[in-house]
Amino acid sequence: MARGVDAVVIGGGVVGCSIAYHLAKQGLGKVVLLEKGYLASGATGRCGAGVRLQWGTRANCLLSRESVRMYEQLPELLDTPGDIEFKQNGYLLLAYTDKMVEQFRKNLTLQNSLNIPAYWVTPSEALSIVPHLNIQGLLGATFCPQDGHCNPFAVTKLYAQAARRLGVDIRTHCEVTDILTENGRIKAVRTNTGDIATPLVVNAAGGYAQTVGRMAGVELPIFPKRHEILVTEPVEPLLGPMVMSFYHNLYCQQSPHGSFIMGMGRECEPEGINHQASWQFLREMAATVTALLPRLAGLNVIRQWAGVYDMSPDRQPILGDSALIQGFFTAAGFSGHGFMIAPMVGRLMAELITGKPTSLPVDMFDAGRFQRNELFIEPSVV
Amino acid sequence: MSDKAIVCRCEDVTLREIHNLIAAGTVDLEEIKQACRCGMGPCQGRNCLPLVAQEVARLTGKPASEVALPTFRPPTSPIKLGALGKGADHG
Repeated sequence: MARGVDAVVIGGGVVGCSIAYHLAKQGLGKVVLLEKGYLASGATGRCGAGVRLQWGTRANCLLSRESVRMYEQLPELLDTPGDIEFKQNGYLLLAYTDKMVEQFRKNLTLQNSLNIPAYWVTPSEALSIVPHLNIQGLLGATFCPQDGHCNPFAVTKLYAQAARRLGVDIRTHCEVTDILTENGRIKAVRTNTGDIATPLVVNAAGGYAQTVGRMAGVELPIFPKRHEILVTEPVEPLLGPMVMSFYHNLYCQQSPHGSFIMGMGRECEPEGINHQASWQFLREMAATVTALLPRLAGLNVIRQWAGVYDMSPDRQPILGDSALIQGFFTAAGFSGHGFMIAPMVGRLMAELITGKPTSLPVDMFDAGRFQRNELFIEPSVV
Repeated sequence: MSDKAIVCRCEDVTLREIHNLIAAGTVDLEEIKQACRCGMGPCQGRNCLPLVAQEVARLTGKPASEVALPTFRPPTSPIKLGALGKGADHG
């Protein structure tokens, strides 16, 4: 067996890279990150790339607010040059039912109490924010100018570069096949290239988090679920903010590159890792988005793909250790909003692991909440 | 050939950029695509990716047959959202 290391992070997505960076920064010692494909080859590199502060739970509002503050100056914070293509043109969240209006009003009260500058807009005000929006049936919307977009590949690369500079050993194309435990403690991680002795494992495996948990004998209620996205040809700036509708279950944004990125959730999607793009999605997405934003009908779709959300029962991540196996930590179950909170998640996980006081409360993200029946459901997800 | 030669015409990627990536150890075509958008334009990489694969093979000494091309993403050719949307009722 190779000489031991202080921690092994499993998963080279944005969350794993952020955790590895923060662990090294906290001075944990020798940290290894293992990724079975290449960096950002899973959910991170397949995500919609949106970043928002408009959430329905206090915990998510705080996590995203602090993460956006970090995104605003990420190259400086990581002391690593690079462009993460961060733009803040806002998110416009559309309300079509009385229930949505009520929920959005509640969310605004919460958000405003946490200094998140979101506000209510009437349908005609929504039109001034997105001039080619079809406002038929729209009851109103909320808008937060600090929400936006950032490049997931670039963010992951920046964290990886910063982590490497602090001595983290990042191994891509290295697959974890087993986790060895002894007397309820982590002993080693087995990979396709050999064993690595370690007392500490961080499971940041996204859609594979349940599989990785089982390797250590830890059962995690995290299930992969396919989500599909398409992208259009790049065109001149037409749409500033992200347009999101929980009623249509879709989001659509023009990236700084000029292309439109859009995705839709489907209730009937079965659980499982499925990276196949479907014709049904292409058709439904096109029909729905052109009804909502008719000007997009003239745009060419040039690519579509699929990725998986790592879903948890309350659509909130599991962040923390295991009551069963000492040295086994999980940061997964992000349910479609891992990218936007990754900066803060990395910091909090490193604080938890090194036994420091956490910069934000994280107790509510503990894996034990499901047994205790203390779910805290996030109402505002696509 | 000049390093300023364009390899990916859709995304304006030069041969120099490709050479720099390969020199930095980025030799997986998926990763090259991620780093510089090469092959992410309307032509779906038809023009550039075989050229990039050839450069990776040449500079790494790998046989060209061992350089894997990135996952092909539908649609095969660009198609307007309006045309796709109209088809929704006939499925």
